[in-house]
Amino acid sequence: MSWWSKLTEALSGLQAGRVTLDYPARPRPLPKRFRGRPIFKAEQCIGCAGCANNCPAREILVFDVCQEVRILKYLGRRCTYCGRCADLCPEKAITMSQTADLATDRIADIQQHLELFMSTCQRCGRCFTEPSPIEQLKLKGYRFDDLGNERWIYRSQAVLGRNDAVDDIPLELD
Amino acid sequence: MLQNLCQKMFRRSLWVYHANSGGCNGCDIEVLNVLTPYYDVERFGIKLVASPRHADVMLCQGPAMRSTAQALRRAYEAMPSPKLVFAVGSCAGGGGLWYDTYSVLGPVETVIPVHYYIPGCPPRPEAILYGVALALGLVDKQVAATRIGHAAFPVPRYHPEDLRPEGGLAIYQRQEKI
Repeated sequence: MSWWSKLTEALSGLQAGRVTLDYPARPRPLPKRFRGRPIFKAEQCIGCAGCANNCPAREILVFDVCQEVRILKYLGRRCTYCGRCADLCPEKAITMSQTADLATDRIADIQQHLELFMSTCQRCGRCFTEPSPIEQLKLKGYRFDDLGNERWIYRSQAVLGRNDAVDDIPLELD
Repeated sequence: MLQNLCQKMFRRSLWVYHANSGGCNGCDIEVLNVLTPYYDVERFGIKLVASPRHADVMLCQGPAMRSTAQALRRAYEAMPSPKLVFAVGSCAGGGGLWYDTYSVLGPVETVIPVHYYIPGCPPRPEAILYGVALALGLVDKQVAATRIGHAAFPVPRYHPEDLRPEGGLAIYQRQEKI
């Protein structure tokens, strides 16, 4: 290695630019295909609970407070931002945001809570009949969620086996 | 209060210990991405150390699992206080997609206290950098819980004050509040 190659190497080292982003001081545009958290729009939501029934992480809870009011709660703790809720929403009421800066010191900060007015029949005050027991099997039980404690409640006790290995897992029952 | 404490205690630099208690290595790769020159978290004085005894901050990835919960607890107790715990990713923050399986106990906060959450699956390197900058007090928190509700429901039995008798009929009409 001659002195000339060392000199050219030093000169090229002087020309080197800077690759480090100045990130928190200067915002960085994210790629277009990036999916952030889902944003729920209450004015477009019809309360069909398709998102709640198809969420892989089961992070959307739906609960009927009374005949007319349905509450949709997005907890977001274990949401993987898969975008399935936004894909299958028939009214396109869910959009995936374009921001990644979701860090927080309280996990409840990423919750979204929607109170939806479900319009009912003008004449009888209700629209839909109660699902039959066979139809209830197809539903994943979204009407029975415990919103106050943010937990799923299984209607049947069949999920609890008599196996000793699973008895130490705390499971909530109706 | 927590941020004031952080700025007072961790003014110089944060040494980071990187604990994976059963994640899929996606968050590990993103954390290592933060340490590369492109994102260069060392300009905040953050350094990756190999032992929890040298660390101020624990970056937790993966849920608390049956096989690793005890080891995670021991690693947390080995850290000298004051100590901070970051839950990186949706597994550490909430239990992940397999939250209800046999081997997953839940989020890491079932085992150790968590101070900052960085949601994402995996979070982008910007998100991790943002969480660290949030702990250092360089940026402000951007998220807040939203609660969208109707001011009033157009149903008579919720607003009995709007019902008035008129000629043998009950008329429901919204009264304008003055």
